[in-house]
Amino acid sequence: MNARIVHIAANTFREAVRDRVLYNLIAFALLISGAAIFVGQISIDIERLVVINLGLTAVSLFGVVIAIFIGIGLVSKEIEKRTLYTVLSRPVRRWEFIVGKFFGLAGTLVVNTFFMAIGVFGALLYVAHKFSAPDALILIALYFIILEFLIICSLALLFSSFSSPLLSAVFAFSLFVIGSFANDLRGFAGLTRGVARWVALGAAYLVPNFSALNVISVVAHQQPLGSQLILHNTLYALFYTATALSGAVLIFERRNLK
Amino acid sequence: MAAIEILGLEKTYKVGFWLKRTKRALQPLHLTVEEGEIFGFLGPNGAGKTTTLKMLMGLVFPTAGTARILGHEWTDPEVKAQIGFLPEQPYFYDYLTAHELLDYYGQLSGVPATDRKRRVEEVLSRVGLTDVKGVQLRKFSKGMLQRAGIAQAILHNPKLVFFDEPMSGLDPLGRREVRDLIEQLKQEGKTVFFSTHILSDAEALCDRVAIIHKGELRGVGAIEELTSSVQGKVEMVWQGTQIPQSMKALGAECHVTGDTVRAVIAENQQDAAIDALRRERIRLTSLTPLRTSLEAYFVEKLQPASGPVQAESAATKTVGAV
Repeated sequence: MNARIVHIAANTFREAVRDRVLYNLIAFALLISGAAIFVGQISIDIERLVVINLGLTAVSLFGVVIAIFIGIGLVSKEIEKRTLYTVLSRPVRRWEFIVGKFFGLAGTLVVNTFFMAIGVFGALLYVAHKFSAPDALILIALYFIILEFLIICSLALLFSSFSSPLLSAVFAFSLFVIGSFANDLRGFAGLTRGVARWVALGAAYLVPNFSALNVISVVAHQQPLGSQLILHNTLYALFYTATALSGAVLIFERRNLK
Repeated sequence: MAAIEILGLEKTYKVGFWLKRTKRALQPLHLTVEEGEIFGFLGPNGAGKTTTLKMLMGLVFPTAGTARILGHEWTDPEVKAQIGFLPEQPYFYDYLTAHELLDYYGQLSGVPATDRKRRVEEVLSRVGLTDVKGVQLRKFSKGMLQRAGIAQAILHNPKLVFFDEPMSGLDPLGRREVRDLIEQLKQEGKTVFFSTHILSDAEALCDRVAIIHKGELRGVGAIEELTSSVQGKVEMVWQGTQIPQSMKALGAECHVTGDTVRAVIAENQQDAAIDALRRERIRLTSLTPLRTSLEAYFVEKLQPASGPVQAESAATKTVGAV
């Protein structure tokens, strides 16, 4: 990878760490350990199911909130505070800046997810006393969650490249909510006719399909996940991310930094 | 070779809710800055100085025109490795220390890892930031941030340095240090282009200046030439508080400051005035032709009657003012 992108990504990661973004891990640790103790006391035979469901949902939600709230400020904050001026007056291309920022935020989320995953496995060990082979599926669910983060980061960056932080947050969060029900939207399109069908179908395919990336319930019930699904989800997430990032670059390349 | 050639750069913004109205921030600007000179870009607030600098840095896109920097197209990213830029009222990543900030900028400018640490220490010491190791920029005063800004602009040993209001936020001692630094940069063979509205700084430092007002170039030339026009008057200075009646009769405008008298008189009355002082046994300390100050020239160029300079090239770079 281009060295300047690596330096910008490393600085973005450092900013997140210094701004105490990783402090969310403390809240997550308290939540997951509290839940494990509580579930261990009240559940009979479903401790494992509850801990995986709760743990992975928390990993996803914590990450989404971080991705949106850091992502929307990645470009606009740099313009507002004019820190961008001394970066772009160097031999740095605008697309390198956007891509570097993206990798910095994605790296932050991967590290964050890694530590939260340790928490989930710790809680699982506490309630189930041992790991079983199907627990490896949790790793696939975590991988899909990271793919989900990549899409959200790129969307937050896209909105941040032309809109205010508040509007960017609204857009990104709305897309996250709608995308989480993308399969339902496709189902709804199948029930309608005429223009409504095409509108619903268009919207269903345009918004990111987060419901396809959500396999938490499947993993919690120890149902198998096909390699085909892993491949499709990977390609889908990478394509969606690359498209959104390209949009962000196209807009940012033309933007006057007044 | 010219360090900077601005060839008709202009900027018009669309304003209003429907973006139907236009506001011209910069009229077509033609300007040449030679290598190795200190060039002052003067103008009141809102004149278009920062817009011009931002266009040269590729931060704002011009509506029309082009420019060449160090012989290359100004949009060529690689030319930026040879340029340093200090924005107006700089703000940096405040979670970093000055050392980390400069190291980061060194990486982006392509300074080799083996040289970076040494260069960072060197430039920090050069701008007077020696005891800041481990201190985050959020704890820096405005003056310290300005020094850090200057440090980042010269870190990668650029051939051409752009400073936007470099003295802003500095105390008198700091301003003096920055003036010395700019002079040192010139001695090292670098070209310095700086914008300011502090005329004393420009007068003390610049080889040439350009005056811009309401987005329009109003005058350009060498400092000595802009200030060399004699107004047909002389200034006479003597010790004491006594003003002879004969001097007043000659039409002298006299001002007493402490124990010094300054009298301004028409040049053709000079001999008569000297005779008058001799008769009163007053010893003349100095007699100098009254020249236009940069301030007077600047004020004159801001008047509505003062038209724009149409074009300025290396061939006509002496005094382009009209």
